[in-house]
Amino acid sequence: MRKNSARSSQRSVDAAATSPTTGRRLPTLDRKLVRELCDSAAASLAIATVIAAGVAVFVMALSTLGFLNETRDAYYDRYRMADVFASLSRAPEHIAEDIAQIPGVAGVETRVVSEVTIRVPGLDEPASGRMVSLRGGATDSVQADRRRGLNAIHLVTGRLPRWDAADEVITSEAFFEANRLTLGDTIDGLLNGRLQRMRIVGVAMSPEYVFQIRSGDFLPDDRRFGIFWTSRQHLEAAFDMQGAFNDVSLRLLRGVATRPVIERLDQILEPFGGIGSYGRSDQLSARFLDDEIKQLRATGLIVPLIFLAVSAFLLNIVLARRIELQREAIATLKAFGYSGGEIAWHYLKFALVISIVGAVLGAAVGTWLAVGLCELYSQFFRFPTFEFRPSPKVIGWGAVVSVTSGSVGAVFAVSRVLRLHPAEAMRPAAPAHYRHGWLDALARGLGLTPTLTMTLRRLTRRPITTALSTFGIAFATAVLLVSNFAVDAIEFMIEFQFVTAQRQDLRVGFQHAVAASAADELQNIDGVVAVETFRAIPVRLRHSHLDHRTTILGLDNQRRLYRLLDRDGRPIRVPPNGLVLSDKLAELLEVSPGQDVTVEVLEERRQRATVPVVAIASEFSGTNAYMDRPALHRLLQEDRRVSGGFLQVDSARKQAVYDTLQETPRTAAVTIQTASLEAIRKTIRENQAMMQAFNVGFACVIALGVVYNMARITMAERERELATLRVIGFTRSEVSLMFLGELMWVTLLAIPVGWSIGWGLCYATVQAFESELYRIPLVISRRNLILAAGVTLAASLASGLVVRRSLDRLDLVEVLKNQG
Amino acid sequence: MSTSLAEPVFRVRGLTKAYPLGEVTVHALRGVDLDVREGDFTVMLGPSGSGKSTLLNLLGGLDLPSDGTIRYRDHDLTAASQAELTLYRRRWVGFVFQFYNLIPSLTAAENVALVTDICPAGMTPIEALTMVGLSDRADSFPSQLSGGQQQRVAIARAIAKRPDVLLCDEPTGALDVHTGIGVLEAIESVNRSLGTTTIVITHNAAIGAIADRVITLRDGRIAEDLANATRQSPRELSW
Repeated sequence: MRKNSARSSQRSVDAAATSPTTGRRLPTLDRKLVRELCDSAAASLAIATVIAAGVAVFVMALSTLGFLNETRDAYYDRYRMADVFASLSRAPEHIAEDIAQIPGVAGVETRVVSEVTIRVPGLDEPASGRMVSLRGGATDSVQADRRRGLNAIHLVTGRLPRWDAADEVITSEAFFEANRLTLGDTIDGLLNGRLQRMRIVGVAMSPEYVFQIRSGDFLPDDRRFGIFWTSRQHLEAAFDMQGAFNDVSLRLLRGVATRPVIERLDQILEPFGGIGSYGRSDQLSARFLDDEIKQLRATGLIVPLIFLAVSAFLLNIVLARRIELQREAIATLKAFGYSGGEIAWHYLKFALVISIVGAVLGAAVGTWLAVGLCELYSQFFRFPTFEFRPSPKVIGWGAVVSVTSGSVGAVFAVSRVLRLHPAEAMRPAAPAHYRHGWLDALARGLGLTPTLTMTLRRLTRRPITTALSTFGIAFATAVLLVSNFAVDAIEFMIEFQFVTAQRQDLRVGFQHAVAASAADELQNIDGVVAVETFRAIPVRLRHSHLDHRTTILGLDNQRRLYRLLDRDGRPIRVPPNGLVLSDKLAELLEVSPGQDVTVEVLEERRQRATVPVVAIASEFSGTNAYMDRPALHRLLQEDRRVSGGFLQVDSARKQAVYDTLQETPRTAAVTIQTASLEAIRKTIRENQAMMQAFNVGFACVIALGVVYNMARITMAERERELATLRVIGFTRSEVSLMFLGELMWVTLLAIPVGWSIGWGLCYATVQAFESELYRIPLVISRRNLILAAGVTLAASLASGLVVRRSLDRLDLVEVLKNQG
Repeated sequence: MSTSLAEPVFRVRGLTKAYPLGEVTVHALRGVDLDVREGDFTVMLGPSGSGKSTLLNLLGGLDLPSDGTIRYRDHDLTAASQAELTLYRRRWVGFVFQFYNLIPSLTAAENVALVTDICPAGMTPIEALTMVGLSDRADSFPSQLSGGQQQRVAIARAIAKRPDVLLCDEPTGALDVHTGIGVLEAIESVNRSLGTTTIVITHNAAIGAIADRVITLRDGRIAEDLANATRQSPRELSW
C-alpha cells in the first residue's frame, strides 16, 4: 500500500520540482513534506475541513455583520433616520417650533400616525396597518417636499400619492410582496371608525421600518401587518388632526447626547398626551437590527472558536503521532547536522499548509454562505440596495486566526522535535509501560475478556491522550446539540406562549379606552365564545436610578385565556395590590418581589404612584407589566374602562367574527393568535431548516475529522499488535472488533462529556442572544440529546470502518519484519 | 576547523556514559581511553551491550558523556553546545546506520540530497550514488530497493559531503554475507580513495581483518586494541 502511494505521490511532487541533480529545485525536506501530505491527504483534508468550517462561520458572520452595519449606516444617513421618536395624543403644529428650540436638535418632523384595521383581498382575517403621513402641507406637493424631511421613504415602484387625493396610499414593500398585490389594487381600512377604500399607487421602504414588525410580536408577519404612507392632508382629515400632529421625530446634531433632549421633549409634550419619547436604540426596527448585529457578532466569535480549538487539537495529536512515528528519521536528520529548529520548522509547515488550505476553503465557503445569509436577511430587512460584497479585511483576519490556531496546535507537538535527543531516538524505544492496578481488579470483578481488558488498559495507560481524544469527539456532540437547540427552544417558546400561557384566538385593541359597557359588544358578536377584557396604559417604571418604558396591562382575576405563568409553568394570580413584572423587566430594573417601583403614567392625568412588585412572570418576549384591573383603575382614578379584549372564538364561525370586527368602528387592531403561530412556524421552517442543515454538516465535519484521525493514529500504533494477533490465529472480525472497540469506548465516553459542553454552549448562546425583545429559553429535549449522540456514534463508526479496511490489507509478514 | 597531522583525529579520555532505559539504568561505557589517527580504518568489535554504539554516538556528537572528554582535532566535543555539535555533524561527520534510516518518502537521490542541501561543499547526489555503484537507482524509493542497495544509498548519503570521519554502526548487521561484503567494499573504497577516517562497529569479528586497527569492547571498557600489519580486501572475507 505504502509503495503504491509513495509512487503515485512522487509524480505530483516531481511535476512541481525539478530533478535533485539539476538546477533550482524544491528543498529535499519540502519534497518530503509534499509527498507525506499527499500520502495522508484524507486525514489532512479532514483537519483542513474542520478549520474551513471555523473560518467559514467567521467570514460569513463577520463579513455579513460589517456589510449590515455599513448598509444600515448609509441608509440611515441618506434617508435621514431620526434620532429621537415620540408619540402623543394631539398637539398643535406650532409646538414643533418649541421642539426645534431644544439645544442640539437639527431637525423636527411632525406627522400623523395611526394604527388601523385593514381588509386585504384574499385574506380571511383582518390585518392591521400603520398609517403614516408624508410630509407636505395642504398646498405643497408631496413629491417636492419629501426630500427635506426625516425618515424619508425610498420609492421602490409606482409614484407618490397626490396630496389632494384622499384614497391614494403607498404601501411597504414587505406587505405588498407577501400579499402579492399589484399597483392599483385597493384595500379597505377602518380609519377612525370609518371604512375607507385606499388605492395603492406606490411601493416604498423606509429606514424606520427596515424590519417590519408589529409591536409585541417576536417574528414579522408581513401578510397581516403593513405600513401605509399617505398625504398628511388626508390623514389630518381622517383623524381630526387639522393643524395638529400626534407623532414627532427629531434629528440631532452630531455628538449630541440623546438623554437630555428626550427629557426636554417629554416636558414639552406632556400637556399634549406625550407617552414618553425614546431614542433610536429603542426604536423597534432599529433595535431588531441592532440585536441581529449583536447576535452575528456572537456567532462569528463563539462558533469559530470551537472549530479552531478542535482543529488545533487535531493538528496537535496528528503531528505528535507523526513525530513519534518518525523518531528515527528525525534522529537521522539531526545526525546529519540538521538543527532542531530546521526540523521543527519542517513539521510546523505541515500544520501551516493544512491551516492555509483550511483558510482558503473556509474563506470561499464563508463568502458563499454570506451571500446566502444576505439573501435570507433581505427577506426580513428591507434596504434600498442590498448586494453583498466580500470583505478582504475579514477574509484576511480569518486567515490570520486560522494560521495562528493551527500553529498553536502544532507548536506543542513540534516542541518535542527540539527535545528529541538523536542518540536516544536511535535506540529502540523502551517497551510501553504497563502496571497492574485498579483496572485488573475491575476487569476480574466484571469478568472482562482479555481483549476488552487490553483495550481498557491501552486507554488508561495514556490518560491525557484518551482525554484529549474524548474532548475532540465531545465537541462534535456539543456542536450537534447546539445546532438542534434553536428548534427545541423555539418550539418550547411557541408551546409556552401560544398554548400554555396565551390561549386566546384573537386580541382586539380599541382606538381609545372605552367604557366597560361598550366592551360588551365583543361578547355579543356572533361566534365569540368568551371574552376577557383588559386595560392597557403606557407607563414609565422607575427603580432607584433605572427606568423603563412599557405598558401595564390591567387584567381580571378570573382568567382562562391570557395567563401569567411562573418559571415552572404554574399560573400566577395577580393580587389586588401590586405589580407582576416579566422576568426581563425585573432584571432590567434590578427589582425583586417585595421591592417598590415608581409608576409614572404617560397618558392623560399622568399619575405617579409607588407600587410594590408582588410576582415575576416568566415570558420570552417583551418587557411587560401586569396589574389587577380594579387596582389599575384606582391608580388611574377612573371608572371601569377597557382598552381591548382577548377573545375565544368558535372555530366554525371565525369568518363571521372577522367580518364583524372589521366593521366595528372602535377596533384599531386585531391580532390573530393562530395566524401568528402559523407565520412563526412558516418562518422557522423556511430558515431554520437551512441553518440546521449547515450546522449538522459542520458537526459531522468535526466528528469525522476527529474520529478519522484518531482511528488512523490508533491503527498506526496498533498495526504490529493487531498483525501479531492475526498471525496467532485471531480472525479478521475479531481483530476489527478490537480496533473498533477502542474507538467506540472513547466515543461512548465522549457523548456525556459532549452533552455537558453542549449545555454550556447553549447557555452561552442564550446569554449572547438575550435581548429586551425576546429571550431564548434554555431547553434541551431528550430527542436532541439522542440525536446528537446518534450522529456522533454513526460518524465515529463510519470513520472506524473506513480505516478498518486497511486491516484487511495488512501484510502480516511485512509488518512484523519492520521495526515497531 | 583546522586539521593537524601531528594530532590524532579523536582523543578520548576517561569516557563514561550511563543512561536510563525504561526503569533501569544502563552503564554503557565505564572509562574509555582512545586515540584515532587520521585516515585510519578502525573496526570496533564487541557483543551486544558492550558499549560500541554508545561510543560511536559520542564520537559523532549525537550524545554527551556522563564523564570524561572527547577531543575532535583541537575541539573539545564534551564542552560543545548543542548548536556547535549540530555544526560539527553537519560539516565533518558522515553516519551509516544498521537499519539504513532512509526517509521512505524520498527517492535514493533525494535521500542523498538531504545532506547536500545543507552541506553543499561535497559531491552531487549522482556522484555519491555512482561511488557506491547505484547511479541507475537514483529515482527509486527505499521500498523499491533491496537491503544492500538501501545500505549503499545510506553510505552515499554519508559520504556525499566528503566528511572528515565516517562512522558506521553495524552496517552489515541486517544483511547476508554477499550483500554485506558489497557494502564493506563501498566503505573501504571511500576510506582508500577519499582518505576518510573510518570507524565501523560490528559484532562480527571477521570484519576486523579489513581494518588497520581492531578494538574490542567488553562491558563498557576497551578489552583489546590490535593493529593489523596488512589489510585484507573485503572480497577475501567469509563468515
